[in-house]
Amino acid sequence: MKIAIASGKGGTGKTTLATNLSAYLSEEEKVVLIDLDVEEPNSGLFIKGDLVHKEDKYKMIPLWEQDKCTLCELCQEVCNFHAVIQLTDQIMVFPELCHSCYACSELCPTSALPMVQQKMGELKHFHLGNLSFVESRLDIGQEQAVPLIAQTKKYINTHFSGEMIQLYDAPPGTSCPVIEATKDADLVILVTEPTPFGLHDLTLAVNTMKELKKEFGVIVNRHGIGNDDVLEYCLKEHIPVLSKIPNDRRIAELYSRGELVYQKFPEINKQLLKIKNYILEMKNGKAQ
Amino acid sequence: MKEIVVISGKGGTGKTSITASFAYLGGKDIVVADCDVDAADMHLLLEPDFAKSEDFYSGFIAKIDQDKCTQCGKCADVCRFDAIPVVDGQHWVESLNCEGCGYCPRVCPADAIIMEEQNVGQWYVSTTKTGSPMVHARLGIGAENSGKLVARVKKEAKNIAQQNHKNFILVDGSPGVGCPVVSSLSGANFVVLVTEPTVSGLHDLKRVHELVKKFNIRAGCIINKSDLNHRVCEEIEDFLKKENIVLISRLPYDETFTKAMTEGQTIVEYKKNGITATLKKSWKKVKQTA
Repeated sequence: MKIAIASGKGGTGKTTLATNLSAYLSEEEKVVLIDLDVEEPNSGLFIKGDLVHKEDKYKMIPLWEQDKCTLCELCQEVCNFHAVIQLTDQIMVFPELCHSCYACSELCPTSALPMVQQKMGELKHFHLGNLSFVESRLDIGQEQAVPLIAQTKKYINTHFSGEMIQLYDAPPGTSCPVIEATKDADLVILVTEPTPFGLHDLTLAVNTMKELKKEFGVIVNRHGIGNDDVLEYCLKEHIPVLSKIPNDRRIAELYSRGELVYQKFPEINKQLLKIKNYILEMKNGKAQ
Repeated sequence: MKEIVVISGKGGTGKTSITASFAYLGGKDIVVADCDVDAADMHLLLEPDFAKSEDFYSGFIAKIDQDKCTQCGKCADVCRFDAIPVVDGQHWVESLNCEGCGYCPRVCPADAIIMEEQNVGQWYVSTTKTGSPMVHARLGIGAENSGKLVARVKKEAKNIAQQNHKNFILVDGSPGVGCPVVSSLSGANFVVLVTEPTVSGLHDLKRVHELVKKFNIRAGCIINKSDLNHRVCEEIEDFLKKENIVLISRLPYDETFTKAMTEGQTIVEYKKNGITATLKKSWKKVKQTA
């Protein structure tokens, strides 16, 4: 079962929830946590396991072979991303703009643009008891997160059973990386905070999940600050609120040190149990 | 005219609250550009009037004309994005997967595929409650090309600043290190990095600064919630020294941020306390250093 943890607004507690929930669930069953916030992956600061596998991730880009090229301009014409440009006597490729569609390479009449690998990031796979943890990080200077997210999901599908609970820590926002990270999820958990920014970005995230026709629920983090507008919104829209996690400076302090919080706060433990029950009910419902 | 970009790598560090306070302090001297187009929030504090709005078109999505399609499957064969599945014997385009590369219409023998230009959002030119111009945008759901929308917002802000002889453009950037951030940084004169003393805050600060260095832009840093963890705060300050980043100020962990936001106000309007004085000094320092 795939569960994506997302949020419109950044810094609402996505990673805190993803790491604590996966550690909590792994006390009784096998769980895999996947950090898909490849631009700024943080889950690994909280989950320390044994590294079992590491691999570089590549995207494919065209490489110009001068001796085969007739400078016919077709490559430049077919590239919708302006990643291939023909100058007077040469072809220039801009890898950061390339979407790896292969059009220039395969349509080239003289095969002068073979596709070659370019490193875009790195994937790491860790073990900690029942918990497996996989993270990918984008190399600085690479602009596109989507291909790395897609390849990371492929790695998970190859190495883990779909029956297992898979928790995906998604990037913030509502644009293409979030879609890539959530589109296969059976359940999306949106983490928000009860503030005007939290509510505004939650409505964007909710509209995105409705568009994707996803099952989703909301977790209100730092409950007690701000106002009740988020809860009223969820009530009005019939969105299930899975849990309310209290605002507490001590939680922020533990987080600041890279520590998990659930073992130290009985209240958090109780909230995680509620979330776990919701997930298991849904999982069993799906199985029937 | 100087362009000042505020970014943070990590979300939730207080970037937008701080930028909105700077915008309030800058008043009519500046043009505000909200380039966090994915989850733009600054309008909630600055009350722009949305005086002018324009649709933003960028990128394409393939569409198959079923009357012309012979179901030969050549389009699906060349598609690298699994965007052309077959359902009930018919090829169709899964628009969420389509990258808009335009390869499929080039191989279609029946001319059955057209590329439709996408409306990916709107952008606005407004006047805020301080009287300053503000350019902002809203990206459509799940849209691509947020980097291009950022570039559009920045271009418009620059035009307005030049026409009206404004001294500063103040840009609220987006989280992460990907295309919208790259687009926010291009052409900037000075970067303000907002961070917090948490292991994630420091980790993300280092990554985003690595990106800033590639652009050769000078940077300053504001450490928000600085009393949350003294050890990490010291680590951040060591990092700033090592990288020649100006420490602009330290702000305390203070729920005034949330309270002001709940009232729809910037922090400097909400409460004339110590934090307001620090923000005023910070803005002065940013203007001097930029």
